[in-house]
Amino acid sequence: MNLEKVVFGFFIILALTLNFGFFIGEFDNPEHHNVYELFAVIVVNLIATVLKFGDRTQMGALLLATSLVADLQLLVAAVVWGYVLHISGTGLDSMAMGSIVSLAGGAMLANIVSVVLLIIETANLRR
Amino acid sequence: MDKVIFLFLRRMRAPLLVLIAAYSIAVLGMVLIPGVDAEGRPWHMGFFHAFYFVSYMATTIGFGEIPYAFTDAQRGWTLVSIYLSVIAWLYAIGKILTLLQEPAFKRAVIEQAFARSIRRLHEPFYIVCGFGDTGSLLVRALSRRGIRAVVIDRNPDRINDLELEDLDVYVPGLCADASVSAYLTMAGLSSARCRGVVALTDDDEANLKIAITSKLLNRPLPVICRAETRDVQDNMASFGTDHIINPFDTFGDRLGLALHSPGTHLLFQWLTSVPHTPLSEPLYPPHGKWVLCGYGRFGKAVQKSLSSEGVEAVIIEADPQRTGCVGYCVVGRGTEAETLLAAGIADAVGIVAGTDNDANNLSIVMTAKELNPGLFMVARQNRHDNDSIFRAAGLNLVMHRSEIIAEDILAQLTAPLLPMFLQQARAQSNQWANELVSRISAVTGDMVPEVWTLTLNEYEAPALLHTLAEDDVYLGQVMRDLRERDHLLPCLSLMLQRGSETRLIPAEDVALRSGDRLLFCGKAGAMQRMQRALYNGNVLRYLLTGEERPDGWVWRALKVRH
Repeated sequence: MNLEKVVFGFFIILALTLNFGFFIGEFDNPEHHNVYELFAVIVVNLIATVLKFGDRTQMGALLLATSLVADLQLLVAAVVWGYVLHISGTGLDSMAMGSIVSLAGGAMLANIVSVVLLIIETANLRR
Repeated sequence: MDKVIFLFLRRMRAPLLVLIAAYSIAVLGMVLIPGVDAEGRPWHMGFFHAFYFVSYMATTIGFGEIPYAFTDAQRGWTLVSIYLSVIAWLYAIGKILTLLQEPAFKRAVIEQAFARSIRRLHEPFYIVCGFGDTGSLLVRALSRRGIRAVVIDRNPDRINDLELEDLDVYVPGLCADASVSAYLTMAGLSSARCRGVVALTDDDEANLKIAITSKLLNRPLPVICRAETRDVQDNMASFGTDHIINPFDTFGDRLGLALHSPGTHLLFQWLTSVPHTPLSEPLYPPHGKWVLCGYGRFGKAVQKSLSSEGVEAVIIEADPQRTGCVGYCVVGRGTEAETLLAAGIADAVGIVAGTDNDANNLSIVMTAKELNPGLFMVARQNRHDNDSIFRAAGLNLVMHRSEIIAEDILAQLTAPLLPMFLQQARAQSNQWANELVSRISAVTGDMVPEVWTLTLNEYEAPALLHTLAEDDVYLGQVMRDLRERDHLLPCLSLMLQRGSETRLIPAEDVALRSGDRLLFCGKAGAMQRMQRALYNGNVLRYLLTGEERPDGWVWRALKVRH
């Protein structure tokens, strides 16, 4: 067992599970989507991205790309959240929540791809 | 490109993780710790405000408790956050600075910049391995002719010299071991624009390795090598190295030629010197007894050529055991009068100082001159920086190894027909050579002429080829000045090659044919003027007929109307 692999797998899967946790619930209902969860998703995703840095293999490049996509989607979601609350002042209405959750949903797809790639790579090792 | 970025990302993994962790802990704490607003009601900071606050706190840009004054609990957490984030930043910046200083990283950056400059080189180029005396002479001469070169040398000082050198064209250089194939490839060995490899390092083994690598990785590429021992020379020849230069043999050969036919020697000297330098004087080495100091590689080569000309040579050698001349040599260094007298300097006609020590060589020559002022003096110069003292010594002939090699290679690279011409010129009489020498000096004055090869093909002479399809063109017609066709260009045609047949000094009334190769020598600028005529149909028409026809669509249309 390799501790590095454990940490790596842990963060990638945690990114997906937290993302799923934020995403699930009534689509445009602010009551069902917790801001702390979004914060946790962003932090874990960033950590997962950095862990993927510096791998020169084709698989490593693809993993990094999926993570970057997820980061981008989540950061945009966070920016939307901050914008409606503090800048435009329209508050968390169902339209704003809808776009935040759909962005997080996109990030979740990227995270799913990431986990699938990780599983494929592990299955290919055969040991 | 890849290598540098990946190295950077890999090294930045830990500092980035620390930064992310520090920021998220600080932000989360700020959000969780309750505060009070202006009216004293309990209030929780949102993520937006928390991130804003932590961002300017961590970078210590400024400080302020927003949007409401903090409670003591919030202030306590801010204290923790300040130390956490400042340490995280210090760690990250320290890591970046260490990475930039690291030799492996620097090396990766330099190699990447080198590879990029090779990719951007859109002209044909030569790879020169070794930038010592010979390499720098060669690169300078090539750059003066506008030919690109790429330099690899193991010594970082020499690469620094290259960067400081004031060359006419940009010459990329890499500090690396050229005998490693990866570096040769990086220098563009397999590039389509690479025209040849020149191995000039002072290590025969390295030159051998460079030659093998180049021949294996890019077979049709011409490879020119320097070799100083016979077995390495044979080894290189065995796998098809195109040209191998042994400076000692070349010099011995030239000295023999000067004894045998001074005119031919002068012709060789003129055509192979670096262009735009003053022409050398003719040399008349006397026949008679010669004294030869030093029986190393150089001494042996000289002795061989002297004896083949039937000239007697007395050898002076300090270590007869090692050099293999026991019994028939005078033992000593030659720097003292006794040894020279014992060798019979008094009735000798010439002396050759051929040891591998410049100070000794000069001392030998000066001592010998005092004993016998009429001597013909030849000395071997080992180091380039001793140029001025060798010039001041008033020698008749200096064997300068790097110059010999550089001139030989330059001739190979810039005028591929020249070696063939010189080979055929050897077979001619001294009288023939003397006549040619006087014709050359009449055309080019007192400077070393430029020598160039012209191939009548689509690339080098498109306009001429076009005309040849309809009409005959004679050699004399293209050797005229495009400004005034009654004037001849200051150049001379030395050889014509048509298929396997060659003709020395072709006459002016030879009809040219497509595919011919011609060797010319002439004054600076003559080559460019000749090329313009061969490229431009209008200029060529003027040379051939004297007619200046209008050009451009309108003028052509008007001309037809008349």
